[in-house]
Amino acid sequence: MTRSALFRFAFKTTIPVLLGYSTIGLAYGLLLATSGLPWWLAPLSSVVIYAGAAQFMSIPLLVGGAGVAEIAILTFLVNARHLVYGLSLIKPFGEAKRVRPYLVYALTDETYGLLTTVEAPEGASKTAFYGLVSALDQSYWVLGSLVGALAGSLVPPSWTAGMDFALTALFIVLLVEQIKSSPKAAPYLVAIAASVIALAIGGPDRLLVFAIVLAMAGMLALKPIIDRRDEKGTGG
Amino acid sequence: MNANLLASLVAIFAAGLVTIACRATPFLLFGSGRIPPFLDYLQRAMPPIVMTVLVFNSYKALFPQGPSWDFAVAPMAALSLVVPGAMAALLQFWKRNALLSIVGATALHMIMTRLG
Repeated sequence: MTRSALFRFAFKTTIPVLLGYSTIGLAYGLLLATSGLPWWLAPLSSVVIYAGAAQFMSIPLLVGGAGVAEIAILTFLVNARHLVYGLSLIKPFGEAKRVRPYLVYALTDETYGLLTTVEAPEGASKTAFYGLVSALDQSYWVLGSLVGALAGSLVPPSWTAGMDFALTALFIVLLVEQIKSSPKAAPYLVAIAASVIALAIGGPDRLLVFAIVLAMAGMLALKPIIDRRDEKGTGG
Repeated sequence: MNANLLASLVAIFAAGLVTIACRATPFLLFGSGRIPPFLDYLQRAMPPIVMTVLVFNSYKALFPQGPSWDFAVAPMAALSLVVPGAMAALLQFWKRNALLSIVGATALHMIMTRLG
């Protein structure tokens, strides 16, 4: 397979991500620039952080002057799912060698989804395919956030008000996809209970961290029961 | 460079380091072994938990809060959050086109907040 054929295949593979990243990256850049932060923080974050939910979440925190520790902890909680993504890619990335650090750094939800579902074309280097998909995905995100941030520094904020709902919609979409792929009810119910308790006790400002920690504790406490139900094959 | 901007830059680089650390951990820890059962159990529960809490967090304004248990938003503002959100969920269940669900729901939200 020639290099240009491999590039075309990788590009075709990433078209859904192109649509998603360019628009959501655009919304991110717009939101950042219209919330009073310097526009160039958007493309910088897209290179330095490169994690959509964490970047959106960081905007109000940066505007509000939150501490470094608070942003670091929240980023950890939002990105903790990445602690386990790599588990299924340890083998596939094994032969990547020099490119591996980049592949690990660029492992977003969407890139993870593509790399674990789409096979590299026959006769092509797996490493080259992984690298192309990862780099294409990131280029859409960086360019989207750059264009959005530049537009946001020109467009009046009243035009873009409400655009941040895209993040809520994104989370709803990801939740729906999660329910489809992992339909057992227990973690969702535990998470709702944890959220209600966290809101009642800790208030709205600490909800995210408090609720996730509470839900993890709840799931660990329920482990014996859930394990038993799984053994019986009744599901949850 | 003013102090706020410097603090923002430090925070962004901290968030970047945390993100890389999260992504690299499984490769560093389990590059050549098995993960302990309780961690495997927890990692399977994490995506549902995180997504549920993130959605709940987006809707926290709908709940009475604070010492006086007042609602944070007016009924029309609440509707402009709930209706587009329900539309995003239904569209996604039905069509499974993330872009359509997100753009459609956001457009509806922006229209409703301008009419309301």
